[in-house]
This record gives sequence, structure tokens and C-alpha cells, in this order.
Amino acid sequence: MLRLDGATVRFGKRAALDDVDLEVAEHEVVCVLGPSGSGKSTLLRVVAGLQTADAGRVLLDGRDQRGVPVHRRGVGLMFQDHQLFPQRDVGGNVAFGLRMRGVGKAGQARRVAELLEMVGLPGAGPRAISTLSGGEQQRVALARALAPEPKLLMLDEPLGQLDRGLRERLVVELRQLFGRLGTTVLAVTHDQGEAFALADRVVVMRDGRIAQSGTPLEVWRRPASEFVARFLGFDNVVAATVGGEAADTVWGKVPVPVGTPQGEARLLVRPAGVRLVPVAEGLPCVVTARTFRGHHVALLLRPSEGPALEAECALRDAPEVGTEVGVAFAGDEVVVLGVGG
Amino acid sequence: MALPVAFFAVFFAYPVAAITGRGLTVDGVWQFGRVGEVLADPDIRGVLWFTTWQALASTALTLLIALPAAYVFARLDFPGKQLLRAVVTVPFVLPTVVVGTAFLALLGRGGLLDELWGVRLDTSVWAILLAHVFFNYAVVVRTVGGLWSQLDPRQEEAARVLGAGRFAAWRRVTLPALVPAVAAAALMVFLFTFTSFGVVQILGGPAYSTLEVEIYRQTAQFLDLPTAAVLTLVQFAAVGAILAVHAWTVRRRESALRLVDPARTARRPRGAGQWALLGAVLATVAVLIVVPLGVLVERSLDGPDGYGFGYYRALQSAGASGGTFLVPPLEAVWNSLEYALAATAIALVVGGLAAAALTRRAGRLVRGFDALLMLPLGVSAVTVGFGFLITLDEPPLDLRTSWILVPLAQALVGVPFVVRTMLPVLRAVDARLREAAAVLGASPPRVWREVDLPMVRRALLVAAGFAFAVSLGEFGATVFIARPDNPTLPVAVARLLGRAGDLNYGQAMALSTILMVVCAVALLVLERMRPDRSGAGEF
Repeated sequence: MLRLDGATVRFGKRAALDDVDLEVAEHEVVCVLGPSGSGKSTLLRVVAGLQTADAGRVLLDGRDQRGVPVHRRGVGLMFQDHQLFPQRDVGGNVAFGLRMRGVGKAGQARRVAELLEMVGLPGAGPRAISTLSGGEQQRVALARALAPEPKLLMLDEPLGQLDRGLRERLVVELRQLFGRLGTTVLAVTHDQGEAFALADRVVVMRDGRIAQSGTPLEVWRRPASEFVARFLGFDNVVAATVGGEAADTVWGKVPVPVGTPQGEARLLVRPAGVRLVPVAEGLPCVVTARTFRGHHVALLLRPSEGPALEAECALRDAPEVGTEVGVAFAGDEVVVLGVGG
Repeated sequence: MALPVAFFAVFFAYPVAAITGRGLTVDGVWQFGRVGEVLADPDIRGVLWFTTWQALASTALTLLIALPAAYVFARLDFPGKQLLRAVVTVPFVLPTVVVGTAFLALLGRGGLLDELWGVRLDTSVWAILLAHVFFNYAVVVRTVGGLWSQLDPRQEEAARVLGAGRFAAWRRVTLPALVPAVAAAALMVFLFTFTSFGVVQILGGPAYSTLEVEIYRQTAQFLDLPTAAVLTLVQFAAVGAILAVHAWTVRRRESALRLVDPARTARRPRGAGQWALLGAVLATVAVLIVVPLGVLVERSLDGPDGYGFGYYRALQSAGASGGTFLVPPLEAVWNSLEYALAATAIALVVGGLAAAALTRRAGRLVRGFDALLMLPLGVSAVTVGFGFLITLDEPPLDLRTSWILVPLAQALVGVPFVVRTMLPVLRAVDARLREAAAVLGASPPRVWREVDLPMVRRALLVAAGFAFAVSLGEFGATVFIARPDNPTLPVAVARLLGRAGDLNYGQAMALSTILMVVCAVALLVLERMRPDRSGAGEF
């Protein structure tokens, strides 16, 4: 469906996209995840034709899009802040793409009604854009992008500016909608929760390059590099020397999975793999912070040597700040990261 | 981009260069020695000195009188504000000839002050300064007031909460935000008064002469082209410098100010101070703006046999003027309207294309073109007019006998206004809105029609109105190229004023009144459809 071959975009000396290869299959929902400035918006702009690639190719349905202007690419793009046309009403916005394709008045009206129904705003056609709330604007923008039935729908931070409750609800709605319509989707976001909830496949970007690509579960369980791990919120990363079935670190011996290559490596210990034990039986640490996270408590521990550790424990077991505890590591929550990233 | 550039090259750069070249070459050899000679002439030095100091004095006086009004318009809300805003703007679009005539009727021989107290100011510098203030009041009120009304009052409130007194908060927060706008307005006023022609020509008498008037005299009366050419170059350099500084201040003004809807920042006057200020501003407007215009109307009706429309009736026949005209002066009204309409169309096409090009591209070259577009406002219109005569008279561009010559010259002055009005609005259109339309399948022309046009429609109308008004009042260039049997209103007024006799004087007043009414009506129509957030008054 969509293929990028070595797509590269440079702004001056800086490469916003650096030799990116990416494929999106029909009916697949792919989410590009990365911090701001990682080039994810540029990726969408290149596919839409709003930005020309300095090198590489963009193929849609196997056809090279070089020289094809934006309005002939037949892709849909939902902008970060929606960019609804302020001088048109809701119906006029949704019908815009249909009008550009020469759909008749009756056809437009039917499709607009159908789409507004689908996004949960039945009968909103005559409303002015300025009367819409953030969530409603988002729905209108989605209806507008879907109306011409684009072969590929792209979403730029689709839920970026909405408050959290609304965001969590809309993610579920979007996921169901795309599943039902069979839409091919390429979305970008900086919010991992959004990406994992929405996507069949997640692509993590860093400095214009793809750092990792895989299903949400794969990426979550096996971050490919320290960058990906830290971006996903895992901070228990440490330098290690693997020897046999354990590794030497400043935190002491840490068990590693069977078959880990020997030698220098960086290790991630998930917070769930940091177990509290009596002081004498493990690495001695002081509890420096305690954050209530609903179904568990996150603890920040300072060992006598090396970087701070994050641990998870049940509410009733959580020690007070200032308490001395011992720490042991569980091997099944340890991930060996690639040294490169 | 290509059309505006070509337009300016052929109808502006070429005539100006040609006439300067003709003045400074003898048998094809450049005579740069003339520059030194002319500049050493004590008379010319006097003109240069007078031009500069009267412009400085006019600017200072205008700022002094108009800044309180800018505050009143920005922060106070009172009934009749819209009307008052239109009233103070009327002078700006009035032809300089009318302004001159109005002040003549107020301050001149047989004028109102002369009759009442025997005071005559018409050959004094005060008349010129007052006329300049009258003329440029709106520039300051609209440029500074426009920005002031959009500054968020909460910024000042934040300063108050942090412990600043009322005045300290204004001085530390509002004033720095206003400084670029004040500077830009001051530069514009300086530019307009530095190149003042019609006002000085009518009110200055032989004693006072600005560069522009001197260029006209040297060209039209003494046929001393070399001197005129040198003076043109001097003015060109000065105007270029002013515009460069202006462009710089404007760019600083565009820098990160958080603007809000002006409707939310104004409120009813409170306390004696604010009421007094409002009263003072209203009084100033009455004395400075309403009285001169009123006197003009009064004089036009005040015939030898008491009040009546005698002078207006006399305008209907050519004979009544004693051979001043080949056609009835009233025909000048239709000529003017036709010319102004054609000029407006040309200015809209050229200015609109230029503004669109300037929005799409942003490079050093384009910014240069931006500043260049303002040049016609400052370069001697007399030079342009005379340049038209000597350059556009041979194939392939033999336009000397064509009616289009006058609208072309007038459009030159209209274009900067069109660009100034359109540019802020076009720049305010979010580029991603255009992208959104393109992604939904709109081709580039379609994007313009669907996204840009609905948003700039009102700005376009306002631009058209300004172009129409300035075309109608254009004098310096038109006086050279309008044919005797097809005079425009300002040219006819000037010709009538140049003749002795009560009848000629009265007819000049009557024609000026007609011209004023046409301009004022155009402006009032515009005031109804001012673009909401353009800061209206980016001139």
C-alpha cells in the first residue's frame, strides 16, 4: 500500500528524515512514535506531498509519487490542530473533499450525514466551527478526512490537545472505527499509550531514523535500544559485563536471560523486576520518593553506588520515604539492550 | 511575481531613471559635477533645510496631538466611536489639494480667521504644520491605536499584581510593546510630510518650498532639468533611508506580541481623568478636522449674493471660468471617477499579485521587493509624471495620447496601499489551512479560491477603497499628464486656485467639496466592512 524507500529530507544541515524505509500494508494501522523533533511529522508531510524528499522514493499502491501534486495523491491527513475551515460550517467542512472531487449535491449531503452519524455528531451539519468543543472539532476533522474515502489516512497527533479522559475514550472509538472500515492508517504521536492502544504496529523514531519497529507488545517487552527503553519510560538502565547467566553491574550481580551474548552490554531492569528484600539479603538502598499510581506504588530508590532505581510494589507493602531496603533482581524482567542506541 | 515586477520596471523605474538620466547627461556624458554644484547652492540648501525641519516639526506635533487620541480609540468605549473613527480618517484620503484649499479658507486671505480677528497664517509655516497634522492624524491614531487596542490588558494586570503601580505598569509593559508602532507611524508621517507637495504648493507661498515643490518648480517653471534631477536623487536617497528604517521597525512589530480581540479591551470611561481626556480629544478633532472641512463647505456656498449653489452651477459651463478650461469643470468629476476606477483595477491586480507572491515566499530578495513597493509613496510624483511624458511617447509604448496614462500613474500610488492592506491578512491565513485543502484534493488555484479569497474578501474591498481614494486625489503626477480637455478634480481645483477672482475661488471651493464628499463616502462605505483583525491601518 505505502512504501518509503530511503526517504530523506534535510533542513539545512540537519536531516529531519534520514534514509527511512517503511511499509504499511493494506488495512494496517501503523503508529509512528517519537519525541518532538524526531521527524515524525515530516514523514507524514513527505507522504502527503507537502514536503518534497531530497532523496528516496514514496510509493502508493506501487506507484512512485515523485511529481504527483498534493491534491492528486488521494491520501487523507488530519492535522494536529485540526485546521477546520473557519468560514464554513461543519457540513461545509466535511463536504469539502467531496466537492473537490465533483460529487453532486445530493451525494454530498448523503455522505456528510452518514459521516457525522458515524463520528457521533448526527445533525451537526449547520453548526459553526467556533461553537465546537475540542473533542467535537476532532470528530469533524476526522469526518472531513474520511469523507473522500482516502486510500491512506494519516493522523498527526490526532488526540494531542484533548484532555486525558476524552483521549482515552476516543482512542478506543478510533480503533473500533478503523477496524470496522478497514481503513489503512498511518498515525504519528509522542504519546506511547495512544500509540499502543491504536496501532497494529508501532514504529519508534529518533533523529529522523527508525529506532525500532514491531507490534506494541514486542516493542514494550523488548525495547531495541536504550533510547527506546527510556522513551517508553524505563529508566533502570545500567552498563554491564555479561558472564554466564549473570551480569556484573554497579548494582551487583544481575541475572540475564539464557543465551545472552557474553561481554559488554547495557541492561534494562523493568520496575516490576526490582524486588524488595530484607536489607541484609540484597543491594542496600534508601527510599527517596513514593508515587501512588493507582493499582501500585512506584518507588524511587537510591543505591549506595550507581544510578537510581525505580521499583513497583503493592500499596500495602510500600515502605516509607527514608526507609532502608534491600533489592534483588528478577531475571525474567531483565532486557539486554543493543549497545548502539 | 513577474507582473508586479514588470509593472514597476516599466512604469516606475524606467521613467524615473530616464528623467534623472536626461537631467544628468550632456551628449551622453554623465555630469556628476552637477550634484556638487546644486547642493552647494544656498537656495537649494535652504530648501533642504526647510524640508527636513518642517517634516520633523510636523511629525513631533502630530505625535503630540494624536497619541492621546490613539489611547482613547484603543481603550475607551463611547457612543459614536465608529463614526468618529471614520471622521478622523477622512483627511488621510483627502487629496492634498483639498486639504490645502480647506486651510486656505480657514487661515488665508479672506478666510475665517481673517474675517473674525484679522489673523492670516497662509504664508506662514504654521499653516503648513497644521495642515500636516490634519492630514496625518489618522496615520498615528490607526497605526498606534490599532495595535494598542489589541494588546492584552491582562499583561498590565499581571504587572500590577507583581507590585507595579498604574503608571509603572504602563511604562514597563505597554509602552515597550507600543514603541515599534509609534516609530513606524512617526516614520510614515515623516515620509509623507518630507515629500509634501500639494499642501506646501498652496499654503507655502513663494517663501516656503519643500524638495518636491522645488522639483516641480525647477521642472515646470524654469525647465532646469539637471537641478530637478539632482533633487530627485536626493529625495530618492532620503526616502530610501526612511523606508529601510520603517521596514525594520515593522518587522520588529511583527515579533511575538500576543494580540487579543480589540472588542474586549475597550470599556466605558471611568473617573474624571478619562472623561477629560475623551473631551479633549473630541475638542481637538472638532477644531482640527471638522472646522477646516466645514469652512470649506461654507465658502463653497457663500456666493456674492448670499448663500446658494451659485458656484456649483458655474461649474457646469466652460465659459464661466474665463477661459481656464476647455470643458465645463464639472466634467472633471466624471473624468476623475473613470480614471480612479481604472487605476483601482490596475492597483488591485498588481498589488494583489504582489501581496500573494510576498506571502508565499520569504527570502531576502522578496523582503527587498516588499520595501521597493513602498517607494512610489515617497519618490517625487512630479518626477514620475514628467518621466511618463518623456519615456512613454514612442513605440512600442506610445501612451502619451492614451487615456490609460493617467490611471497608470495613479495606480502606482495605489499599489502600496493595496499591498499594505492585503499583506497582514494574507499572512494571517494559516499555511496549514491551505495544506488541509490541498490534501482534500484542491488544486493550487482552487485552494486560493476556497481558502484565501473568502478570508481576504473584505481586505480586498478595503484595499480597493484606499486605492480608489488615493487615485482620486493624486495630484503631483497627474498635473503633468492629464490633458487640458480631460482634467481631474485635483488638477481642476489647482487651476482654479491659480486664477484671480472670487468666482474662481468659489468654484475651487465647490469642486473641493465635491471631491471631499466623494472620498468621504468611499471611506464610510469601507468603514462598514473593515477586516476584523488586520490591525486596520498598516500604512
